[in-house]
Amino acid sequence: MLASSYKDEDGHISVSGSGAAAAAGGGSLRNKKPENTAFKQQRLPAWQPILTAGTVLPAFFIIGLIFIPIGIGLYVTSNNIKEIEIDYTGVDMSSPCFNCSQNFSWNSTKSCTCSIPFQLDQPYESNVFMYYGLSNFYQNHRRYVKSRDDSQLNGNEESLRSPSKECEPYARHDNKPIAPCGAIANSMFNDTLELFYNDPNGTKVQVPLTATEIAWWTDKHVKFRNPGGEGSDLAAAFQGTTKPVNWRRPVYELDSDPNNNGFINEDFIVWMRTAALPTFRKLYRIIQRRNNLLPTLPRGNYTLEVVYNYPVRSFEGRKRMILSTISWMGGKNPFLGIAYITVGSICFLLGIVLLIIHHKYGNRNNGADVSH
Amino acid sequence: MLWLVFADFIPWNINSFYLLLFLSLHSLFCHQCTGEEIWVDSRTVYIGHKEPPPGAEAYIPQRYPDNRIVSSKYTFWNFIPKNLFEQFRRIANFYFLLIFLVQLIIDTPTSPVTSGLPLFFVITVTAIKQGYEDWLRHKADCSINECPVDVVQQGNVARTQSHKLRVGDIVMVREDETFPCDLIFLSSSRDDGTCYVTTTSLDGESSHKTYYAVPDTMAFKTEQEVDSLHATIECEQPQPDLYKFVGRINIYKDKEEPVSRTLGAENLLLRGATLKNTKHIYAVAVYTGMETKMALNYQSKSQKRSAVEKSMNAFLIVYLCILISKALINTVLKYAWQWLPDRDEPWYNHRTENERQRHVVIRAFTDFLAFMVLFNYIIPVSMYVTVEMQKFLGSYFITWDEEMFDEELGQGAQVNTSDLNEELGQVEYVFTDKTGTLTENNMEFIECCVDGNVYIPHAICNGQILSAASSIDMIDSSPGGYRRYEDLFFRALCLCHTVQVKEEETVDGIKRGIHQGKPTSFYISSSPDEVALVEGMKRLGYTYLRLKDNYMEILNKDDEIERFELLHVLNFDSVRRRMSVIVKSISGEYLLFCKGADSSIFPRVVSGKVEQVKAHVEQNAVEGLRTLCVAYRRLSESEYLEACHYLTEAKLALQDREHRLAQAYDVIERDLVLLGATAVEDRLQEKAADTIESLHKAGIKVWVLTGDKMETAAATCYASKLFRRSTQILELTKKRTKEQSLHDVLFELNRTVIRQRSMSGGFRPWELQRDLSRNMSMILEAHVGIGIMGKEGRQAARNSDYAIPKFKHLKKMLLVHGHYYYIRIAELVQYFFYKNVCFIFPQFLYQFFCGFSQQPLYDTAYLTLYNISFTSLPILLYSLVEQHVTIDALKRDPSLYRDIAKNSLLRWPVFLYWTCLGVFDAVIFFFGAYFLFDNTTFTSNGQMFGNWTFGTLIFTVLVFTVTLKLALDTRHWTWINHFVIWGSLLFYVIFSLLWGGIIWPFLNYQRMYYVFMQMLSSGPAWLSIILLITVSLLPDVIKKVLCRAICPTATERAQVGPL
Repeated sequence: MLASSYKDEDGHISVSGSGAAAAAGGGSLRNKKPENTAFKQQRLPAWQPILTAGTVLPAFFIIGLIFIPIGIGLYVTSNNIKEIEIDYTGVDMSSPCFNCSQNFSWNSTKSCTCSIPFQLDQPYESNVFMYYGLSNFYQNHRRYVKSRDDSQLNGNEESLRSPSKECEPYARHDNKPIAPCGAIANSMFNDTLELFYNDPNGTKVQVPLTATEIAWWTDKHVKFRNPGGEGSDLAAAFQGTTKPVNWRRPVYELDSDPNNNGFINEDFIVWMRTAALPTFRKLYRIIQRRNNLLPTLPRGNYTLEVVYNYPVRSFEGRKRMILSTISWMGGKNPFLGIAYITVGSICFLLGIVLLIIHHKYGNRNNGADVSH
Repeated sequence: MLWLVFADFIPWNINSFYLLLFLSLHSLFCHQCTGEEIWVDSRTVYIGHKEPPPGAEAYIPQRYPDNRIVSSKYTFWNFIPKNLFEQFRRIANFYFLLIFLVQLIIDTPTSPVTSGLPLFFVITVTAIKQGYEDWLRHKADCSINECPVDVVQQGNVARTQSHKLRVGDIVMVREDETFPCDLIFLSSSRDDGTCYVTTTSLDGESSHKTYYAVPDTMAFKTEQEVDSLHATIECEQPQPDLYKFVGRINIYKDKEEPVSRTLGAENLLLRGATLKNTKHIYAVAVYTGMETKMALNYQSKSQKRSAVEKSMNAFLIVYLCILISKALINTVLKYAWQWLPDRDEPWYNHRTENERQRHVVIRAFTDFLAFMVLFNYIIPVSMYVTVEMQKFLGSYFITWDEEMFDEELGQGAQVNTSDLNEELGQVEYVFTDKTGTLTENNMEFIECCVDGNVYIPHAICNGQILSAASSIDMIDSSPGGYRRYEDLFFRALCLCHTVQVKEEETVDGIKRGIHQGKPTSFYISSSPDEVALVEGMKRLGYTYLRLKDNYMEILNKDDEIERFELLHVLNFDSVRRRMSVIVKSISGEYLLFCKGADSSIFPRVVSGKVEQVKAHVEQNAVEGLRTLCVAYRRLSESEYLEACHYLTEAKLALQDREHRLAQAYDVIERDLVLLGATAVEDRLQEKAADTIESLHKAGIKVWVLTGDKMETAAATCYASKLFRRSTQILELTKKRTKEQSLHDVLFELNRTVIRQRSMSGGFRPWELQRDLSRNMSMILEAHVGIGIMGKEGRQAARNSDYAIPKFKHLKKMLLVHGHYYYIRIAELVQYFFYKNVCFIFPQFLYQFFCGFSQQPLYDTAYLTLYNISFTSLPILLYSLVEQHVTIDALKRDPSLYRDIAKNSLLRWPVFLYWTCLGVFDAVIFFFGAYFLFDNTTFTSNGQMFGNWTFGTLIFTVLVFTVTLKLALDTRHWTWINHFVIWGSLLFYVIFSLLWGGIIWPFLNYQRMYYVFMQMLSSGPAWLSIILLITVSLLPDVIKKVLCRAICPTATERAQVGPL
């Protein structure tokens, strides 16, 4: 390229390749001494840490000493959390829900119910959280994750009438827009779970379940909004739309409470937050502690009554109901505690190894330095 | 390409000073030697556009380009398409463009914005930079094309613009003007028909060269006369060799036979050269515009690629393979997994009808492409930008360096190309020119030996010349000797040269006053040796006054003026290694004086005290002085006429002129009588020895290329500590007369060297010699060319990649700057690959848990900004200011340079380590988060997190880990480092808070809404982030500590050593 080094009349380089400015700078540098600033001379004051056995040693011991107690604390906390999981899929012949799981049809208007007895060996103190869990359900499948219209869910009228292309093939049905559109909404979990305490005296007491505060506050109040604004008639707002194909009721009949109906139904919002992994649980209900003296769920026998609507056997999925107490660190998860203990111990051990190495080699190096 | 001879002769004209740094020899040998262009075609130029007389020839109007110089690449209209085309020719850009297009066409997991935005950014930045450079070029072109030129038209001088010049125009050039195109010199304001020219901007020689007007036209003194000239010029078609020109001028006079004269390079004034010491000249344009020799010469500058870039490309290919195999594996697994229809399309997740109807092969291919897109971030788009920015900004530290500033020259180091900064840290061989590079090129006449008697001008005292024009003292080592040759010897030296006398101080040539105290006139020559000799003669009493009307005037010892008619100059060339003049004394004697290298003189000597002179020459050479032998021959009238005949015949030859001239010279320069020898000293530059010693310790092999006599070279090498006392010198003296490339010679040497090495384990420098005219190509061929801004020849400095004021600055340039640049860019490259492995590998793992559905783990914003902003600044800053060892330590201990030799930080094991570390970290991130997330609650209110929280958690750990990994590698923590590292982490947090804090109206999804905040409100998330970061950094810390403790490198020792 001629261009790369063309010289002009004075013999100065006018342009040269990629270092043009540098070259030009050099050209005009004549009689101009570079500034003696610390930055330009690369002599800025600097902290120069070196990772040697000696300097890292204390860090290792400190990490060890901090991590092990944290780990123990986490582990103990996790162990104190009480949790029970009940699989009610009905795979086995012996399972009470076997019949329900066999005779499944989306069109059946008659719901199938089954009840599963179970026992709590320990009383559950404080609030108890009730989850439903699904296995082998790919909520994180790409086609599934994107199959929603956040704008529609935020109450946008236009999106309500013409849902996003992303919702295909769950965007329209019978030439009517589906509200809420998309695969996620369409496959919303629709089993009803009820919990009964079998009093030792033989009576079945229904355990009161709260359905509020199961979704993120921001989701419920900001991200999800019904069309037509507050207080308006939901049925009118959803006029001209149709319910998702798999739903039994339209979205404006999800709940009788107007604050929990339509798009801001908390069960719906919970379902709409897609899970990260194919085995997941979602918060279903909260059992509030009522009496400070009594445990929320006393020891004893319980019955789980399921209105069995949700088919999972076609893809070899499982359904579970989970009851769990919660600590400051969330649900039962021994992994974090064990991990902390392990890492802490490894650091501690490494500290000792490094101490030996430091003693063995450190002196030699210093000797070498002196001779050097 | 390069013509080398290695033997012993004196390079008269080697004036450009530079060093060539070769990284490894073997790559030298694979270059192709381009053949010389052969004159196949000729052109006819009609001077003043006049048709030749009817009888002579048919007038064929020919079309030549105008004199417009176009160095710009683009015009306003074609800038965008052409620049885009140029940019997408780069393989990396093309790759990203492909990814972008794939994203546009098919349904891919990430939006086209994620790759489009960075690509757009990169392309725009580059386009702006190139556009700006081209604009500068346009401006330069414009100023050149529009600069005024005087053209003779109808007997008058008319002013026109340079680009309007046409071939055949007669041009008038005034003193200190630059020739606007290649011109044939017609006449000059000087009576003798000569003019002086400096070709500084062409070949770097700032000395004045003499050009000769065509003898038949030199009498034309006015515009009218010149305009009346009726002639045509036949000459070869343009070719780039600056020193070759063959042509013929046919002058038509009224009703006479046309007169033919040959034209040679001495008649051709080159574009770019400047007229000196001559009021004005007339000349006719033969080559214009892009056909000028200068333009042709600048067309062939190839791009040099650094070793780092080569490694980088190799790594890229590995990553490309990894990328493709990842995509393939995932595609295959996807279809294996989807074999069951309930997995492929469970009831909750149906395809659209369109998709269902697509053929399975097309679907598979689309899936493959989608995986490619998902993982494409593993090849970092921003790496190229960062590397370029690092090189560009980093090179400023060289120009800013105060220690490399030379007060005397008023200049600091220059960077002409920033592409090769790191290559300065990879130098294995330094090829240095001796004259002017190792030495000051400040020649000093020391002594001469006439017929065995030694003469020393005593006025030399500590290298300073005292005023000594009148006082001459000759020390005769052999008193009583017969001095019959003395007069002849001094006259020989006064006459046998091409020195010009320059009155007054107007040019920056060689400055030395002839007259006592008053610097009113100077000797100017292309060779400083000649100046030194003539000046030495002056101090011995014989002053060369001037060349006037072909008479050379000498002021002899008795203050009498002697005049000799200069008949012929047999110019110096590197094959003969000698030059001669034929003069006629007042008494009518024809004398041939010859001076040259001893080896080229002695065989031609028939009488004289050869043995004594030879002994003296050897002795001088051992002292490191440059020696020359002087001889003469008395010619009889008939011998002279015969010589004249040979010379004229050879000079008039249109073809093969050089060969025939050489033959003529060979016939004439024989049967010489030896007169004596001279010795000239060229002192070493300050600290040259220290520098060479440092380079040696740094493991760099220093080769000195010189044309000096073997002994002189050896002495210089001892003085510069290139040789130690113990060095056993293997002499390899060969004479090569045919052209040979540097490569061949080096190849031969290389074999020898290998043998040598196995014998003694040492490595010896070799004296090489090269053809003088090919300086530039040598610099262009080296991996890194470093020019030294000497007193003369700035062209070498300009054509080089880097230029330093003095040889001693090479030490800092290589050992400090080179070292720094290398470790910086090495870390930059490795780190870039590492952080992208960390980035993308979790996504790969996630595919196993999301049904191979190409679900991205991270949000689009994170995917886009990870390389652009979250992790880009710390590494850029690191690569600009990192100093793993202090400057002082690097200077004190040159052997630290060995630690980075042979691209050691970018070799495969190191690369593998970084990649493994990246994979390990990625596995820790992903499975750490997986087990923590596994089927449990993370919050104290029982609410659950979704897949975006999962991704954000991993991403947060990722950003912190890679940034902290860099922090662990940083050894030089200035406040800027603190600011950038902690600042970029803070920026990530703030960005995430903002990104999740608002419902963004322009987005069609709100998946990140409050995800980051919710994550931060969870205790276990904090704990797991801390845990995962710790675990990810642990192996690297352990590796560092163990390596340092068990087998520390020299660099590591220097770090802890006393500072």
